[in-house]
Amino acid sequence: MSASKIIHELEQIVGKKYCRTDQEARLTHSYDATPLFQAWPHVVVYPQTTEQVQALMKVAHREKIPVISRGSGTNLGASAVPVQGGIVMVFTRMNKILEIDEKNLTVTVQPGVITRQLHDAVEAHSLFYPPDLGSMAISTIGGNIAQGAGGLRGLKYGTTTDYVLGLEAVLANGDIIRTGGKLTKNVSGYDVTRFLVGSEGTLAIITEATLKLLPKPAFQQTMAVYFSGLDAAAEAVSAIISARIIPCTLEFMDQGTMKVVEEYAGIGLPVDQKAMLILEQDGPKELVEKDLAQMEQICQNLNATKIEIAKTGKDRIKILEARRTTLSALARATATTILEDATVPRASIPAMIRKITEISERYNVRICTFGHAGDGNLHPTCMTDSRNQDELARVEKAFAEIFNAALELGGTITGEHGVGLAKAPYMKQQWGIAGIHLLNRIKEAFDPHHLLNPGKIFYQSEEEKTCQNRPAHP
Amino acid sequence: MPKSTCPPLNQVSERNLSLAEALQNTLDEDQLTQCMRCGFCLPACPTYRETGFEDASPRGRIALMKAVYDGEINPGKDFINQINLCLGCRGCEPACPAGVSYGRLLEQSRSAIYQHKPANRIGKSFQQILLRQFFLHQNRLKKAGSLLGFYQRSVLKILVDCTRLNHILPKQIRDLESILPVVEPVSDLQTVPPAKPVGRVGLFRGCIMDVLFARTNQHTIQLLNAAGYEVIIPDDQTCCGALHAHTGDRNQSVRLAKQNIEAFAGIDVVCSNAGGCGAMLVEYAELLKDEPEWHQKALSFEKKIRDISELLYDQIERLSFRTPVHQRVTYQDSCHLINGMKVTTPRRLLKKVENTTFVELTEANRCCGSAGIYNILQPEMANRLLKEKMGHVKNTRADVLITSNPGCLLQMKLGVNRAGLAGSMEVMHLVDFLAENIQNKQSGMIGTGQ
Repeated sequence: MSASKIIHELEQIVGKKYCRTDQEARLTHSYDATPLFQAWPHVVVYPQTTEQVQALMKVAHREKIPVISRGSGTNLGASAVPVQGGIVMVFTRMNKILEIDEKNLTVTVQPGVITRQLHDAVEAHSLFYPPDLGSMAISTIGGNIAQGAGGLRGLKYGTTTDYVLGLEAVLANGDIIRTGGKLTKNVSGYDVTRFLVGSEGTLAIITEATLKLLPKPAFQQTMAVYFSGLDAAAEAVSAIISARIIPCTLEFMDQGTMKVVEEYAGIGLPVDQKAMLILEQDGPKELVEKDLAQMEQICQNLNATKIEIAKTGKDRIKILEARRTTLSALARATATTILEDATVPRASIPAMIRKITEISERYNVRICTFGHAGDGNLHPTCMTDSRNQDELARVEKAFAEIFNAALELGGTITGEHGVGLAKAPYMKQQWGIAGIHLLNRIKEAFDPHHLLNPGKIFYQSEEEKTCQNRPAHP
Repeated sequence: MPKSTCPPLNQVSERNLSLAEALQNTLDEDQLTQCMRCGFCLPACPTYRETGFEDASPRGRIALMKAVYDGEINPGKDFINQINLCLGCRGCEPACPAGVSYGRLLEQSRSAIYQHKPANRIGKSFQQILLRQFFLHQNRLKKAGSLLGFYQRSVLKILVDCTRLNHILPKQIRDLESILPVVEPVSDLQTVPPAKPVGRVGLFRGCIMDVLFARTNQHTIQLLNAAGYEVIIPDDQTCCGALHAHTGDRNQSVRLAKQNIEAFAGIDVVCSNAGGCGAMLVEYAELLKDEPEWHQKALSFEKKIRDISELLYDQIERLSFRTPVHQRVTYQDSCHLINGMKVTTPRRLLKKVENTTFVELTEANRCCGSAGIYNILQPEMANRLLKEKMGHVKNTRADVLITSNPGCLLQMKLGVNRAGLAGSMEVMHLVDFLAENIQNKQSGMIGTGQ
């Protein structure tokens, strides 16, 4: 069928206004939040119902056209970049919270709901949806699920995957499936829900999700601790957890990050210190206070140079300010900010940080490291300039070594951002041939024609590995 | 006497330049590259939230600008429409982790579009007549005599004339007519120097403020005097140039900027009482960055600019406010006051007014859709935003809705009228509200109003 007839058919499904082929729509769906990746889709559609998604998918399936589902495009692995062109399906119009079930403690949403809006909506019922990723002010639940998004509360509360109870999804052939439900226990057949979480839109298109909720914690308290050595900071993390305390937040910042944050925000961080930890506990007041006192004692025993415990809400905001402004501070310092998420077992954090420092010095690139110390999820962040080709080449080599180092320490190339295009080349290293074959066969079972977000997760060709600054004009 | 004379309509010498070339010459590469496409600006953008379209978001618009800059796309009608659909509220700037000056990129784009083709027919007639005849000549016309006559004959006639060019506009104009303040003949602004001044302040009168809100200017002086400031009103000042810059007439803004810098030379503090003007005054250095000598002057000029709320809050211990009957009060931010000047004092001042309850307006920092003359040029989007805004306003059950910029004030009045709240809710400029409720604290001076 001719391209114009296909477009006409798509228009019939979603309406002319919501089927766009103008260059403005196509260009603005050629990227996500990943630096250096860009490729144009042929058409952008904005469905409003599951039935529309199904009808669109049937056309794509018949015509063998790639379909890339997209929320707000905040992905950091180039998962939403339409590297083979095709149809970008945007979920901004499917943005309703369908039900907050206070008896089953679940919420059922459309995929385009913004994470922050979900938080606000359930908190108004004294309920709690823990995953709180850095981009939650704009990221969508559909995107969170597709990427298996993490966040600051991973240590105590887990990540998105721990809260998805059931899904509705459209398969590559246009069939609609439902997995799971408002159930805590459910062992019928394979856990397809878990297949889809973190599948990056390569297995099916999520059109509805039922999520688990918790009661909202009554109280929270925060403290900041500074150390003159990395090892002491890491030891403190291990000691706290060995003492059977699981804080809801346990964030780490290295000296480089502290310096950049201090330069930007001027909040009085002691930049002569080697490391900073931000600890937060939530729960009943007496338990929180008990945990805080114990954590303070542990840090003192490990010769922390300074400990600040938030006495008031204002104090708490001030402590969290350091962490909240990290991305801004790093992003403002240079033109291009590459934020990675290599993750290691918690106990290997000092080894990993030392390795990152050594690698960044060897390649003469500027890398600051901060992240979620409690769950071993670090964010080595490179400050560079996309116009400096020579430096970019060194950055790429440095990151390849960093991923390698993470794997050697028993870690992963990506803790919470996803593989997408950016990390596909490193998958074989982590999974081995047998593992990759299995992943491939799972992909084939769901999507034999490779229509759903093709080119992601699985490394295909040098050309698809990076489409750096080379937007493909279809 | 004001020296402002209207130059001939901008004769664009680069008429042959393609729009792409004009944009490539104008856009700031560093700012374009600074955007890391994180998408944090999206929830802060009214037009993105209304449409759900990425190209109607700051990230999308910057990507479009960058694509033109890189020669990747050729800007056409859709590109121009998208740039015009932007309110210029700059709500995206505080949300941006990378500190991209989106407002500058927007004005650079509009300036290139203007150079290339000075606006569309309707926009052109409207903007040129309004901006040049009205905002540049108000002093001369006012001095010439009948302000009321000017108002009736000129403003409305211009507006009505414009409507003949377009079928969308008449309703907008009728609406506007209904909310424009009744102009009272105002004699020259009166200032009463305090016995022991705490400082000396030059008043930036602003053009719209000066003609349609002269009473607010008078109140500004009274408040400044009560706070202990000596007030000077330099004659040679002129329009701030904001509306010209927003619509792309950069050359005109440059001319006005220079005149204002000269007019306030020798004064250390310049008081603005309109967020839109203030945000423009603090951008003069950027506007004049290509002329080193003026750039330096502009940098020192920028440092002098203070919003009236800041100056009053500095002297808050000398001031006391109390409403005669208990009132619920709410506040709608002026986008340019909060995002451009980064001033947050109006709320703090309002919370000092005794016998009132301050109620926070949901999404008070979201643009109301006025955005200069956006509500006239883009009525559909403006009305959608205003309707949503009025839902939140209604929920405050406030007796008084306060704002700090004339454009916002008119838009809020329009919204209050449309929402049927006119009988129960008053819309006031912060300055008027404070002036009407000031208590004699220091010296038993000050009356209320005229």
